[in-house]
Amino acid sequence: MKKLVAVALMLVLALSAFAVAEEAQVTSYEDFVAAEVGQLVTVETYVQANQSWWQDTITLYTQSPEGAYFLYSMPCSEEDAAKLVPGTKIRVTGRKAEWSGEVEISFDEDDREVGESVFEILEAEPFIAEPEDVTGLLGTEELAAMMNRKVAFRGMTVEPSTIEGDDTQYAFLYNWDGSGQEGANNDLYFNVSKDGTTYTFTVESYLTGEGSDVYEAVKALNVGDVVDLEGFLYWYNGANPHITAVTAAE
Amino acid sequence: MTIREQGTGYRVQGKRRFPFPIYCLLLALLALTLTGCHGSRGRGGFEAPEAFDTSRQFEISFWAKNDTNKAQTNIYKKAISDFEALYPNIKVTLKLYTDYGRIYNDVITNISTDTTPNVCITYPDHIATYLTGSNVVVPLDGLMDDGRYGLGGSELRFDGPAKSELIPQFLKECAISGSTYALPYMRSTEALYINKTYVEAMGYELPDAVTWDFIWEVSEAAARKDADGVYAVNGQKVMIPFIYKSTDNMMIQMLRQLDAGYSTDAGEILLLNDTTRQLLFEIAKHAKSGAFSTFKISSYPANFLNAGQCVFAVDSTAGATWMGSDAPLLDISADSVVRFETAVRPVPQFDPAHPQMISQGPSVCVFNKKDPQEVLAAWLFAQYLLTNDVQIAYSQTEGYVPVTGKAQGDAAYQAYLNSDAGDALHYPVKLQAARLLLENTGNTFTTPVFNGSASLRDAAGALIESVCKAERKGTTVDDAYIEKLYARTMAQYHLDQIGAPAAGADARADLGPLPAGSVALLAALACVWAALGLMALRRRRMK
Repeated sequence: MKKLVAVALMLVLALSAFAVAEEAQVTSYEDFVAAEVGQLVTVETYVQANQSWWQDTITLYTQSPEGAYFLYSMPCSEEDAAKLVPGTKIRVTGRKAEWSGEVEISFDEDDREVGESVFEILEAEPFIAEPEDVTGLLGTEELAAMMNRKVAFRGMTVEPSTIEGDDTQYAFLYNWDGSGQEGANNDLYFNVSKDGTTYTFTVESYLTGEGSDVYEAVKALNVGDVVDLEGFLYWYNGANPHITAVTAAE
Repeated sequence: MTIREQGTGYRVQGKRRFPFPIYCLLLALLALTLTGCHGSRGRGGFEAPEAFDTSRQFEISFWAKNDTNKAQTNIYKKAISDFEALYPNIKVTLKLYTDYGRIYNDVITNISTDTTPNVCITYPDHIATYLTGSNVVVPLDGLMDDGRYGLGGSELRFDGPAKSELIPQFLKECAISGSTYALPYMRSTEALYINKTYVEAMGYELPDAVTWDFIWEVSEAAARKDADGVYAVNGQKVMIPFIYKSTDNMMIQMLRQLDAGYSTDAGEILLLNDTTRQLLFEIAKHAKSGAFSTFKISSYPANFLNAGQCVFAVDSTAGATWMGSDAPLLDISADSVVRFETAVRPVPQFDPAHPQMISQGPSVCVFNKKDPQEVLAAWLFAQYLLTNDVQIAYSQTEGYVPVTGKAQGDAAYQAYLNSDAGDALHYPVKLQAARLLLENTGNTFTTPVFNGSASLRDAAGALIESVCKAERKGTTVDDAYIEKLYARTMAQYHLDQIGAPAAGADARADLGPLPAGSVALLAALACVWAALGLMALRRRRMK
């Protein structure tokens, strides 16, 4: 009997050690940046915004004090999705991926057993990232290092957008080419300039759709307005910020 | 990388890899729950009125899809405006979508609240799911043949096509369980867009019909790089020789070309077979070497092709305006574009003497309403979308082809098709793509449509995505892996729960005789109720 108890205790100790070792495998942001695309990573990060939940997968903008992670299509029940409010700390396991320049974490069925969760909610003080002013990095290679973070662009001037075959100058377009329409919850595209260079920014309708403050604020823009912008530094063949706030420049 | 400057366009980034398979499946299951209570919310079948009531005002809704293409939006708007001028008592409200998944999602939601649109751009696969509700979609056979308001009817205020002028193959694709539930609106197929310059630079001669053997051989050759990671073919550090946009189409076409199982017309699932297994081994091998990737893993094939980072790109003919050095639509900065000669071929074949390629493209269905006059108004508008003005204009926005012989044979369309102007409207790659389908209409096919066929299609693509991802992360794709993959696919896509009974009215009409056990149970229940009734009567009399 004593032998059996001893064996059982050994097993418990071994399992505990294994669990601790597993926890110790959390990847730092620095290591995440250095990791190869396709590598399995476990990161601890804080939810900043929920882009969309679609039938058991969620897409999240997350950030820790060290850096930001875009979690694309993470398996998640609707019940759990409701718990992933901004500020929530999570530990998540997925694969580093890159899609049209966007470095993110994606999730493969192969990496888990059926029904196994890829994330857990951790007890911690909420963390909401302050937007970092990256206006000075526009047009530089350094901007990529800020990918997925909450960022701000200050003193941007709204420039006209045009539609092919139409001379009208618009302050924004529904869809990139103006092919959308009011009431269809299309993405909004608008041009802003700084120091003579014009950039195109987006209001991502899954993140902040029709009726949201930023969606309505962009619809109210006029060419020539000078504005401050906040958003997440998403990437698509170059920086493609998903704007979440627009205010008149101070 | 620097921020994208003004002047380049996006397609639907952010919506790029919409998790369509999963929600599509679940919506199909939702629809199955509707089947369980069909009749409870259903309405009577549509009966065409004698005449269209022009004394009443009708407001009909049209849910349409555009490829985030402003020209397409304008064509819809013009079609509505022209139609309303002909029928002042009908007002059409347009709701635009940029992907079929969203339309499908919203239709399913609105079936349960009885607020479907009147007319909707859709796919037959989706209609099969809509049909699990009772009399939700109007069968069009009677309407099409109506001498007054049918195709080419005497009372129409526009010059629409006669039924005989619809391309029979395209019309047939809209039949489900023997009834026609949609009109074809536009058709496309897939095309192989090739950097011919690179193929020839590697010492190969591009054949008129590209075989799978050829494409794998050249792709492997293009995947060779030096010790510094620089590819010989393009001198860059990025090269994905062969990228396939729609892996569900890829698997479906490969199986069809090999005459291997996918599904039966009745919905029996045959996908997870030995031929599929061999194809997955082959595909995995080329994913491992870096010769092959997919849209979901790597991004839009056009972006890589135009940047000189891809040799073979398979995408819809309806994506032709994005392909090539001079593509009118670009998703990458202009300074990333490499000069090369673009060739357009049918998708790779196993037997080039007998080419087979998928037929795809939007169709239009009419939803049933309480008021038959409202349905008739919607039918008139649906038909109007087949007029030459709409058909020709819309087909010119991309590598689509009109669905009527009337439009295809129109002098204006022929002039467009044969133009060598070379401008954006007459972009040569787009014209080649359209001609490819016109010349191969007889070689196109579609897969059987039944409740759950959309899920099966997703599963077919997911198999390819899975083996490619597995190889990329070092997992060996062997028999054991495939067994596990098949089991997971079966469970994830509920392949064991779909199929068999065909969708639509026929499926509901003929369920066959009740099993003997059920008859006995029902008889026993009837006897019990009768006995209870007798006892109640007896007690009442005793009182």
